[in-house]
Amino acid sequence: MSTGVAIVGAAESDLGVTGRSILGLQAQAVSRAVEDAGLTLADVDGLATTGVSRFSTTQVADYLGLRPSWTDSTFAGGSAFEMYVARAAQAIEAGQCSTVVISYASNQRSARSRSLAGVVETHTPEAQFETPYGPLYPISYYAMAAQQYLHRYGGSREALAEVAVAAREWALLNPAAFRHGAGPLTAADVLAAPMVSTPLTTADCCLVTDGGGAVVLTSLDRARDLPKPPVRVLGYGECTTNTSMTAVDDLTVTGAVESGRAAFARAGLVPADVDVAEVYDSFTVTVVLTLEALGFCGRGEALDWIAGGRIRPGGDFPLDTSGGGLSYCHPGQYGVLLLVEAVRQLRGECGARQVPGAEVALAHGTGGILSTHATVLLGVDR
Amino acid sequence: MSAEVPEPDEVTGPWWEATRRRILLVQSCGACGHTQHPPRALCTGCGSDRHLDWVEASGAAVVDACTVVERAMPGFAPPYVVARVRLAEGVLLLSNVVADDPYLLDTGDRLRLDWRPLPDGRALPVFVPSER
Repeated sequence: MSTGVAIVGAAESDLGVTGRSILGLQAQAVSRAVEDAGLTLADVDGLATTGVSRFSTTQVADYLGLRPSWTDSTFAGGSAFEMYVARAAQAIEAGQCSTVVISYASNQRSARSRSLAGVVETHTPEAQFETPYGPLYPISYYAMAAQQYLHRYGGSREALAEVAVAAREWALLNPAAFRHGAGPLTAADVLAAPMVSTPLTTADCCLVTDGGGAVVLTSLDRARDLPKPPVRVLGYGECTTNTSMTAVDDLTVTGAVESGRAAFARAGLVPADVDVAEVYDSFTVTVVLTLEALGFCGRGEALDWIAGGRIRPGGDFPLDTSGGGLSYCHPGQYGVLLLVEAVRQLRGECGARQVPGAEVALAHGTGGILSTHATVLLGVDR
Repeated sequence: MSAEVPEPDEVTGPWWEATRRRILLVQSCGACGHTQHPPRALCTGCGSDRHLDWVEASGAAVVDACTVVERAMPGFAPPYVVARVRLAEGVLLLSNVVADDPYLLDTGDRLRLDWRPLPDGRALPVFVPSER
């Protein structure tokens, strides 16, 4: 099956602590991605972004001097960009536009705009029924998911820490990673880091950095005439589950079950076909729950499955090869950078961290409090 | 130890009014028997917007999942327990569990209802471990 659409450009903005504005970083990401595609801004007639302002895509289109014939500003937290890939593929196949840029940027570290309480809108049920109890948002929700998971399956915090340890190993191979020069991380380091919301310490939580990225999509036919090898959009799927902390009955089973099933079915692939996986690692537990939901291992098996170096460099399941949100970059809504890394792996551009011969990549975004789940399968053009 | 609690709306008003009498209500659907929380303008079980009513919760509950918050937020004094609490009536509530040792609390622990007064006369349902 798959689609007739490909990703032809991918780039990061400056990352880390940039001192730049959101729109300045957006402009960097977009212009670098368009250049990477061998195109110009004049070729762009579709735009999808979020996290800029109330009129996010309109704002960025104005800033870039574009009059797009298709836009999407779906706000779904960190998974929005994987959703945009699906919408963009549909729009290109339907002929509403020909060249789509998906972009994001944040200056949250430079601007000190992140709060432990999150953003509470007083007209929502959560403001009446949840915020009064003082949950850290989103951390306490993921913490409860981790607590319930460890209670049910008997795993240890040390085993959970492997996600962060492996992410650091990858970051040591990625010069762009925020923790590139930080040296290795051990499970003992993760457990000894300051506790935030039990059982999660600061080292179980993603970074707070500036950063951004963009990808460019067009039809596969057109992609084959561009300078870099096309990365085909093979499949996609999504599932939206909750904003409340009490809506989902079982904290350990996420909407990635549905998003993954849809993506694999559309692509005609199974989990064993995936050569490299970029899975949103907002927290260590996010990865554990997502791997199980996507079907890479059975329920309750993920902690054993990731042990022994499987997800580290050189292991047989290369995961979050940039260093992930835990050790590379986390600008608030990280999902666009999952796509950038997946594209680079499939093009063979990743240097010391390159997964040899990678032909199928999975990018999976998770937004909010395990609220939104979107899976994209990408592949080389054969 | 609370954030400011917003004013109720037309749907949640009865629930908050009942807290003034220290009664915990759960929304229940007369058409399909579904119970739900927080209160909504329709039943998520069957979609009906005409059959929702209130039942009084017994106050018995168990811990579904819990976390001890150790980072300070404005208005809160850590460490404190945030928990998903499952009422005997079946629904989940987010709440605090006030325990002598918050770190001993675990999934499945039995709880009973308690109340934390708010300045305007309403009260927040919170929970304490049941006597064993």
